[in-house]
Amino acid sequence: MSKMMIENEINPTVVFPSIKKKSKVRHFFKQLSKSKTGLAGFIIIIFLLVLGVAGSWIAPFDPLKASFGDKLLPPMTKGHLLGTDQLGRDILSRIIAGTKISLIIGITTVFLSGLIGSIIGIISGYFRGWIDVILMRIVDVQLSFPFILLVLVVNAVLGAGLKNIIISLVIGGWVMFARVVRSEVLALREKEFILSCVATGVPRWEIIVKHILPNLFTPIIVLSSLQVASFIIAEASVSFLGFGVQPPQPAWGNMLNEGKDYIFNSWWLITFPGLAIVITTLGVNLFGDWLRDELDPEMKGES
Amino acid sequence: MVEFIIKRTIQMIVVIFLALTAVFFLLRLSGDPATLFLPPDAPKDQIAQYREMLGFDRPLYVQYGDFLLKAIQGDFGESLRSHEDALSVVLGRVPATFQLAFAALGLSILIAIPIGILSAYKRNTFYDRIGVGLTVLGQAIPSFWLGLLLIFFFAAVFHLLPSGGGGTIYHMILPTITLAAYSVARFARFTRSTMLDVLKKDYIRTAKASGVPMMRVLFKYALKNSLIPIITLVALDLGVLLGGAVITEVVFSWPGVGRLLMQSLLNRDFPIVLAGVFFIAVVYSIINFIADIAYAYVNPQIRVK
Repeated sequence: MSKMMIENEINPTVVFPSIKKKSKVRHFFKQLSKSKTGLAGFIIIIFLLVLGVAGSWIAPFDPLKASFGDKLLPPMTKGHLLGTDQLGRDILSRIIAGTKISLIIGITTVFLSGLIGSIIGIISGYFRGWIDVILMRIVDVQLSFPFILLVLVVNAVLGAGLKNIIISLVIGGWVMFARVVRSEVLALREKEFILSCVATGVPRWEIIVKHILPNLFTPIIVLSSLQVASFIIAEASVSFLGFGVQPPQPAWGNMLNEGKDYIFNSWWLITFPGLAIVITTLGVNLFGDWLRDELDPEMKGES
Repeated sequence: MVEFIIKRTIQMIVVIFLALTAVFFLLRLSGDPATLFLPPDAPKDQIAQYREMLGFDRPLYVQYGDFLLKAIQGDFGESLRSHEDALSVVLGRVPATFQLAFAALGLSILIAIPIGILSAYKRNTFYDRIGVGLTVLGQAIPSFWLGLLLIFFFAAVFHLLPSGGGGTIYHMILPTITLAAYSVARFARFTRSTMLDVLKKDYIRTAKASGVPMMRVLFKYALKNSLIPIITLVALDLGVLLGGAVITEVVFSWPGVGRLLMQSLLNRDFPIVLAGVFFIAVVYSIINFIADIAYAYVNPQIRVK
C-alpha cells in the first residue's frame, strides 16, 4: 500500500494518464530530432510503410503484368523508371509490391517470435528447475545451427509460400528473444522489489504480469527493432535461394534470383531490388540503434 | 577446469544428438521421398516396392532407431541419387568450405581491427564517422547481393575475375570478400566499442601522461586488454561464417558443403542433408565449445557457474 502512495506522489501520470501520453510522444520526437541518423531511419521507415500500405495505388504499372514486347528495357525507357525484367514487367512496380511483402514478413515474424520467445524466456527464467533445463536445451540445439541454415531447412521441409516462410523465420528466431528475456528475468527476480513481493505473498502471476513484465518492455522493444532487419535479410536470402516467396509473387529476394541470370547484360535487374533491401535494413537498423541508445543508455556504443 | 570441460563435453554431445533427432523427424514428416523419384503417374505397386527397397515403409520409430545406430558409426546411408556414401560426399566438400571460411575470417580480422582501433582512437572525427558509416552499411548489405555486385563489376564489366566455380586462387577472391564483408562490419564495430572502454581506463591515461608513444599505448596496452572479448566474438563468428558460406557458395558456385546441402535440399536427397547437417552441428558445437573453454580459461568466474 505504501508503495502505491509513493508511486502516486512522484508520478503524476498515474493520476493524469493523458499528460503522460502527450508528453511522451513529444519527448520522443524531441529526442529523435536531435539524432540525425535516428531521424533518417525513422523517415525511411515511414516512407516504407506508406509504400507498403498504398503501394498498389502508387505503382505505375501492374507488377504481375508481363509484356514480351517490352522485355529487359533499361531504366528510363517507355515510362519504366527502373526498367523492365525478362518478362517485360515494370521493376519499380515490382519493388513496391515487394515492399509490402518484406514489411509483412518483417513485422509478423518479429511479433510472433518476440511473443513466443518472451513467454518461454519468462517461464524459463522465473520458474527455473526442470522446465528451464528442458527449454534451454532446446535453445542450445537451435543454436548449434546457423540461423539462416535452420530457416532454409525448415522452409524446404514446409514448402514455399508466404505463410511457411513466416513460420520458418519464427522457428529460427524465437531463440534470441528467449535468451535475452530469460537473462533479464534471472536478474530481475533477484532484485529487492521482487523479493519483497515474494516475501509478502503476492501471487506468482501477479508478480510476473505487474512487476516483471513492465521491466521487460525496454529490452524486448530494443531487440525487436534490431531483429526486424535480420528477418528481412533472411527472407530475402531464402527467397533468393529459390525457397520462400515464390514467383510470380514479387519479393526482393526472388527478383534478385531471377535477375542473376541476366547479370551480364541487364544490370538493372539485380541493382534495384538489392538497393531496396539495403535502404530498408539501413533505415530499420539506424532507428533501432537510436532506440537502444535512447531507452537503454547503458548499452550505448556497444556492438 | 577439468570438471567444466567434462560438463561442457557431455552437453555438446547431447546437443548434437538432439539436433540429429530434430532434423530426422523434420525431414521424414515432410513427405514421402519415394514418390519424388518416380514419375507422377507411376503405378502404386511400383511406389510401394521402391519404398520397401529404401526402408521407408517401416514405422517411423524403427527408421529412427536404425538411423541413430548407423549414424553413431558414421553411416548416414547412400545418396539417393548418386548412391555414394553420404558422409564421404559431405566430407569431400569440407576442404573447400573451410578454405573459404578461414580466408574470410583472416581477411576480416586484418581489415576490421585496424579500422576499429583507429575509429576508437580518433573518436568523433572524420575517420571515425567513415569507419562507423562503413560498418553500418556493411551490416545492411545482404551478402548475396554484395556477391552479385562483385560478379557484375569484376566479371561482367571488367572481365578481371571468374564469376564462379572453384580451382584457382582467382576463384577465391570474390567469394572471400563477399563472405568477409559482414564480419568486417561486426568486428570493427565491436573492436571500436571495446577499445573505447579500455581507452577510458586509468592505466591508459597514466601511460599517455608518462609519455609512452601513442602507437605503443594503442597496440601494446589497449589492444592487449581488448583482445579477450574480440577473440570470443571472432570464435563465435566462425559459426556465422559457416552459415553465410551456404549463401556465398551458391552465389559463386563454390564447391563446398553449403552448396551441396542446398542442392540436396532441393533434390530431397535426405541422407546427404542429414550428413551435412550433422557435420555443421558438430563443427558449430566444437567452435562454441572451444570459445567457451578459452573464455573460461581467461575468466575464472565463468567456471564456477
